[in-house]
Amino acid sequence: MGNLIVRRTAQMLLIMLTVSLLLFAIFDSDQFRKKVAVAELGGFGVATLSDADYQDWLQKKGLNQPFLPRYGEWLKNVAHGDLGRSLEKDVAVSTLLKESLANTGILAFFVFLIMIPLALGLGVLAGMNEGSPLDRIISFVAVLTTSIPQIATAVLLTVALALGLGWVPTKSAMTDGWSFRELVLPLATLLFYDVGYIVRMTRAAMAEVMTSQYIRTAVLKGLPYRRVILRHALRNALIVPVTLIFLELNGLLSQVVVIEVFFQYGGFGRMLYDAANFGDIQVLQAATLVAVCVAVASQLLSDAAYVLLNPRVRFT
Amino acid sequence: MKALLKHRVAVLIALIWLPLAGYVMFRPALGAFGSYLLLPAVPAVILLYVTALRRWRESSVAIVGVTLVCFWLLMAVAAPYLPLPDPNKPIAPFVPPGGIRHGVLFLLGSDMRGRDVLSRDLWGCQRVLVWGVTATSVAYLVGGACGLIGGYLGGWWDEIVSFAGNVLLSFPVMVLFILVLNLLGQSGFNIIIAVTCSSAPVIMRIVRGLALDAKSRDYIQAAQTRGEHPLWIMLVEMLPNVRAPIIVDACLRLGYTTVAITTLTFLGLGLQPPDPDWGLMIKEAATAAMLWKYSYMLIVPALSVSSLILGFNLIADGLREMSLRD
Repeated sequence: MGNLIVRRTAQMLLIMLTVSLLLFAIFDSDQFRKKVAVAELGGFGVATLSDADYQDWLQKKGLNQPFLPRYGEWLKNVAHGDLGRSLEKDVAVSTLLKESLANTGILAFFVFLIMIPLALGLGVLAGMNEGSPLDRIISFVAVLTTSIPQIATAVLLTVALALGLGWVPTKSAMTDGWSFRELVLPLATLLFYDVGYIVRMTRAAMAEVMTSQYIRTAVLKGLPYRRVILRHALRNALIVPVTLIFLELNGLLSQVVVIEVFFQYGGFGRMLYDAANFGDIQVLQAATLVAVCVAVASQLLSDAAYVLLNPRVRFT
Repeated sequence: MKALLKHRVAVLIALIWLPLAGYVMFRPALGAFGSYLLLPAVPAVILLYVTALRRWRESSVAIVGVTLVCFWLLMAVAAPYLPLPDPNKPIAPFVPPGGIRHGVLFLLGSDMRGRDVLSRDLWGCQRVLVWGVTATSVAYLVGGACGLIGGYLGGWWDEIVSFAGNVLLSFPVMVLFILVLNLLGQSGFNIIIAVTCSSAPVIMRIVRGLALDAKSRDYIQAAQTRGEHPLWIMLVEMLPNVRAPIIVDACLRLGYTTVAITTLTFLGLGLQPPDPDWGLMIKEAATAAMLWKYSYMLIVPALSVSSLILGFNLIADGLREMSLRD
């Protein structure tokens, strides 16, 4: 177990290092450097700038040193938590990042709070009796909710709940302070897809376990059905869904971009999108780094959970 | 002729896809000739549908799926010949569904700039289908090649390919899309690159696993003993034998790519206006017409994209079911 964690952490560090090098190389390209110049000196300033003056500006900003020393310096700054300043809003990127991550964190917290019991419960109920009417209904609804893309879910839920019934506001910008009512639509949209996905996976795992020999033996031995399900089946059936739930953390970072933009919720995805549109390189770079960090960490957690829950697997 | 009949499905798909892709990607260069390009594709779609119905009649799920997909395919190739107003021409704004203005019937109403919603919806599926299928195919070429190399050759090849895949997979998909499209600029061809970056590693993993499994089989060892070239073994011996799970995954992946393209256009990152597109329709309606009485502008593209993706998913489900049965 400890061995695995060490190996995976080493792998993760290697990947993070590659990604950071990749990101630095991307954002260090002439094209993006020009964007920084435009943001600082104004589009007109850059257009009238002579080549020599541009080189001077690069010199002043320390941008024309060799690649490796600058990468080293950048890495050192990142390690110290100094992610630069936003070109658009002129505040430290870390402040911006903290605020938006907190907002997305609230959203993610509620998603997981509702999704875990609901999805695992429904999935187990469906998988317990494969082919029963309850199973057919749950499976059909799950296929339907996972087939509708989130952008369409967002649209349909807005039309139904906000425009039609008027229960909740259409936008979640939270301009007059935090309110749960504004959180309902983004939350429902995220849950719509994610619950369906986890239900399908849980159902498949549970159905497979229920056909296995040891469950048949337990039933034939005369154990009460409840006990067979709770003590024997669940332990094995929940391994895959639990690891998938950790991986959903990664998926959530993708999903929040479109949902936060649609509902104008001020979270991480919105910040990333705005930064990309404005050409706010510092923010975009930092946000990508954070996103990759979270994604890799979620993979590590998922692997660790798999080993912890499944005694048959022992990586050495 | 016999070979043509044997590979009927491949020929039909080529007959539909080539003119469609040419029409969507290079329309300005085609001039007047462009308006006749799609005519042979219309009967080809119908023939493809009939072939699929006959081949998959044992699975009702696949039949429903293929009906949905073929409906959109038919609309994509027939859009220029349907009696619909120009999708980009403003006629009369905010006409409710079924209303008539200036002698034009708006079956599904018109949007805030006075363009026919039905016409935009049908033309929109053309762009989504062409770019979606192209991007998925390119992702399969790259991912499949890497997977075969990694799985069959092993060793350093495998290490390199797997590590590159892991690095790409450590980006959340949307973050990768935003990064790639910001770096390369926003166009259909760059969407292909972005989708390839995000899908190819996953495809690589699947194909690599299948190749690893096939490697130990007798027929591969027989080919190795015969002294066949590795390229021959990978493409002619291995690939046809591992195709069943790949085809199922391809159907699912077509759905994912369709979602990605729609989402990217909604975010203003993908295909450029004014040509219609489902994501663009949602984006425009969501900013300009957020009222109950105008909700048809939002619902129509949302339901269209959902039905197309449902179609792809159902085909995948049906194929999986049929392959388990045999």
